Amino acid sequence: MIISNCKKIVGGSGEGHALVTAQPINFLAMVDAKTGVITDSRHELYNKSLKGAVLVFPYAVGSSVGAYAIFSLREYGTAPSAVVCSKADITTASGCAIASIPVVDLPQDTPLSAIKQGAVAAVQADEGKIIVKV
Amino acid sequence: MELSRDEEEALAGKQGEALASAYRILAAIGEATGAKKLVPIQWAHVSGVNYNTIGDAGVQFLEKFSREAMIAVKTTVNPMGYDRTKPEGISEKFQEKQSSIVKSYERMGVAPSFTCTPYEVFDIPQKGTAVSFAESNAAVFSNSLLGLMTNKESALSALASSVTGKAPLSDLRLEEARNPKVGIEANFKFESELDYGLLGYFAGKTVKDSSVALDISRPSTIEAKALSAAIGTSGSCGMFTIGKGRETISFGKEDVQAARDELSTADDGDIITLGSPQLGMNELDYLAKLVEGKKFTKRCMIFCSKAIHNQAAKIGLTGRIERSGAEFMCDSCTCLTPYVSKDKYDSVVSNSVKGAYYLNSSNKVKVALKDIKTIAKEYTK
Repeated sequence: MIISNCKKIVGGSGEGHALVTAQPINFLAMVDAKTGVITDSRHELYNKSLKGAVLVFPYAVGSSVGAYAIFSLREYGTAPSAVVCSKADITTASGCAIASIPVVDLPQDTPLSAIKQGAVAAVQADEGKIIVKV
Repeated sequence: MELSRDEEEALAGKQGEALASAYRILAAIGEATGAKKLVPIQWAHVSGVNYNTIGDAGVQFLEKFSREAMIAVKTTVNPMGYDRTKPEGISEKFQEKQSSIVKSYERMGVAPSFTCTPYEVFDIPQKGTAVSFAESNAAVFSNSLLGLMTNKESALSALASSVTGKAPLSDLRLEEARNPKVGIEANFKFESELDYGLLGYFAGKTVKDSSVALDISRPSTIEAKALSAAIGTSGSCGMFTIGKGRETISFGKEDVQAARDELSTADDGDIITLGSPQLGMNELDYLAKLVEGKKFTKRCMIFCSKAIHNQAAKIGLTGRIERSGAEFMCDSCTCLTPYVSKDKYDSVVSNSVKGAYYLNSSNKVKVALKDIKTIAKEYTK
């Protein structure tokens, strides 16, 4: 399946297993940068690692310092290989811009659930395209 | 987003790698927020000062960035991790890393304000002025009560605006987004500033738009600070207005209780922390009256900026509070300070919804959430 007409937020391309959640993420409070693991037991992705994944989530919430938390993931080698949002927020966009993590927004009529949990997804941000292998 | 020729060249690296990365950030947030162009800003307030929040990766980033970039507009900075005049209990490693961060910011030419309430410390530009505030309580407060125009910036986007003097013209920098669609009708009686915090927490969590209308009477400064900080904590909303929206959501007694249950995870605490946001003159004056002639029965830390502390000291306000046994921790705040860590304390009494959120989730310390008046009543004699 190919999802086209995505909006490029940060250019580049990346591939990995899709890690999909409908819940927003607070990168400062919920993610352990050293391991890339979500540490908030109330979050759907609790105990899941962002490392090498294509992270599919609505947008980030919470602290403005979350941008540094995203940058830290890159420095520790635990960053997602690409990020797909329903509407990327400023924290995600700025953190990923510095960390060189490609980011796209899904087209408005495409739900996050269009990408199945664990499916291999390739994000080509400059082409506004996500290739999902089933 | 359209860039001017100069901006394109800076993005391509003609003015060095630091400015190129600043423009990369501005281009990304411009795309994310649907901006058509960049506009000049007059003030940047940068977060990402506390070593506990930015870590080693942040220390190294700033060290390098600050050797290449200078501020282009007035820039103030958020609290750091601790009060350098009170280093007891703060590890040498923390002090060293914190010192490196402070030096990096100072090298860029920022005002060493170390405050999360710049709106209580600095002169406020006229209404309608575009600024770039990363600290979320400051963004919400300034948009909502001072008429400044900022998006809810990130630490890195405010830094990019600081060194370029520019920010995307989008979202809350345009009138359209400042006119809320959703309104919240508060169907219960507010008893303290804490209830405003709980309303804010609910509003931020519930409303996905950039602004929200609150059908309440105009809050006092103390209430507005609690409200702004809580809205900024739980969601992406960056502004409130007083009045009705086109759609209405009710906030009733059970919603207050649900927010309280989520944030208040203990009945009591080992110590008391007052702030986040850092206390201002209003709160210090209120507290001084509540604790007059009394002594705290537990250790009580008051977080405020050095500027407010100095102002309060001049009129004898700090002395009146210190006679109750409370201690001032300047330049720092409750959220993620090493003063309040899991190895030192199991639980904390705090007046702050924002503080409670981060103490629970990041410091892993339990929180008994109480308003200032209740804290003064229960923990002094």
